[in-house]
Amino acid sequence: MRETPLSNCERLFLLKAIEEKKRLDGRQAYDYRNIKITFGTDYGCCTVCLGKTRVLAQVSCELVPPKDSRPTEGIMFFNLELSSMASPGFQPSRKQSSELLVTLNRQLERCLRNSKCIDTESLCVVSGEKVWQIRVDVHVLNHDGNLMDAASIAAISALCHFRRPDVAIQGRDITVFSPEERDPVPLSIYHMPICVSFAFFQQGTYLLVDPCEKEELVMDGLLVIAMNKHREICSVQSSGGIMLLKDQVIRCSKIASVKVSEITELINKALENDRQVRKEGGKFGFAESIPKERITALKREQAPVEMKDIEETADEIVREAEAPSEAVHSPVIVATGTGQVGEGLQNTWGLEEEDAEEEFQGGMDGKEKKKGTVCVCVCVCVGCAGFTHETIVQLV
Amino acid sequence: MAGLELLSDQGYRLDGRRAAELRKVQARMGVFAQADGSAYIEQGNTRALAVVYGPHEVRGSRSKTLHDRAVINCQYSMATFSTAERKRRPHGDRKSSEMSLHLKQTFEAAVLTQLYPRSQIDIYVKILQSDGGNYSACVNAATLALVDAGIPMRDYVCACTAGFVEDTPLADLCHAEESGGGTTLALALLPRSENIALVQMDARLHQDHLDALMEAAMMACKGLSKVLDSVVRQHLQEVSVLTRE
Repeated sequence: MRETPLSNCERLFLLKAIEEKKRLDGRQAYDYRNIKITFGTDYGCCTVCLGKTRVLAQVSCELVPPKDSRPTEGIMFFNLELSSMASPGFQPSRKQSSELLVTLNRQLERCLRNSKCIDTESLCVVSGEKVWQIRVDVHVLNHDGNLMDAASIAAISALCHFRRPDVAIQGRDITVFSPEERDPVPLSIYHMPICVSFAFFQQGTYLLVDPCEKEELVMDGLLVIAMNKHREICSVQSSGGIMLLKDQVIRCSKIASVKVSEITELINKALENDRQVRKEGGKFGFAESIPKERITALKREQAPVEMKDIEETADEIVREAEAPSEAVHSPVIVATGTGQVGEGLQNTWGLEEEDAEEEFQGGMDGKEKKKGTVCVCVCVCVGCAGFTHETIVQLV
Repeated sequence: MAGLELLSDQGYRLDGRRAAELRKVQARMGVFAQADGSAYIEQGNTRALAVVYGPHEVRGSRSKTLHDRAVINCQYSMATFSTAERKRRPHGDRKSSEMSLHLKQTFEAAVLTQLYPRSQIDIYVKILQSDGGNYSACVNAATLALVDAGIPMRDYVCACTAGFVEDTPLADLCHAEESGGGTTLALALLPRSENIALVQMDARLHQDHLDALMEAAMMACKGLSKVLDSVVRQHLQEVSVLTRE
């Protein structure tokens, strides 16, 4: 199925709102949606909810021969999948989604592999023969914009959470211990790069952090900056055919550094929580997180909406609005039988219904009568706007 | 990294350049008669060939047509003999398709696509020899090819890479400098308005150095734009002489 295009009114409305520094979900321009990080029962499984966007990352490992060019380094493999479950627009054959797929995959690779956040040399078992291949599979479960940030948070949290089996080498024998025999070992992670997306509107005049799906549809361009909490930039990527200025990029990097330190803290807290619960033997993983969200689609989330000046604005609108024009007292009456709908003209539909109503009223008691009248009023209102006033009076 | 000294104490790089020095750029326009526009560029040892067809009617599925502007179609490929190891697939892998996408985005920003509604412009770029800065060579070649095809653009699009070694930004990296694992920034610039059409950076760099690095890359792009301009002028002169006779 093709993605539903945004109508012109929706587009204009969104752009107007952005111009007025307002967002649909009541956020400020530089706010993130709520981030929720949960871990699965297995090591290396992590779900991230960024507002309604949901992403699942699973890390797995296996022993493989290394690449010829790097015999002492382990291999990192990243794979991001867009299933049609996440959005009807995602289909393997669609060109649009395959472009998105390539961008997301490459950005994830650049963010996590090229920044050397994981010590690949520690993944070597026997030089030139056996190394660990760490595979990170990221699945998009629900698409509500900003997949990149959610995917990068999920991937790095899953990598931090992951434990690989311990190995021992005796002579030429390699023994892989099961988790019962020896405690699995965590990966050594130097730093945690996290992507922050910036959406640009109106040729770069307006800037929003963490765009939701609707905002992504109207944006002109996107800038993704990956950073770690030491304020090191791990990758920058602009896309969408937009003109940027150097100052804008630098401003974005400053915003990104603040956001990244917040998110890193959140990930660390989630990891610490998970560790604590596991140690105590309490409920953890999906067993803990899923039952609470049994009805996920109908769950209503409270969005903080700015309400300060609502009443004043409403009063102002009422005050400024012109008094409603008086209903036409002597409407043009045309010959019966010509159906005309329009302001100031006789509506024959209403008259017919009125007749029908009278017949109908005969067999009803008082209460039902009232209900019937209201029903007609509504019909008439829809039928002819200019004639409403009088008709209603007549009926009541 | 890897024991290579990228910048000597005297301030020279591996190939004897200064930090802000570009490699030698040579370019020719109108190398093919068949295409609407074509160009060949050498940036040091990196060689690229670009061919432009269009604007023409949209080929393939009609659903791609845009009612208010032209569609830009880019294809990037690398010759199998372009790298030290023979390449198995000249195009179609993740890196190449990403590069095609980036080229497309760059030129969507720079070409005045709204002048050609419901049409298509094809840009095919091939790397003949790869020695670092593939993206920038492609962008520069494609710019010349677009100029040759007579397609209006906002400005020249000039791209250049920059790296960062020992607190010094290096302009126009070669393969040895790029593969060391240091920071690499690729930037496509419209020099007159200083608008950035595309920016891409890899590997770690402290936030405070970003300004200096981008400044270096922009300077390099401006240097390149002068070279491209002179190439275009020379080409025009040659063509005008030929047509007068």
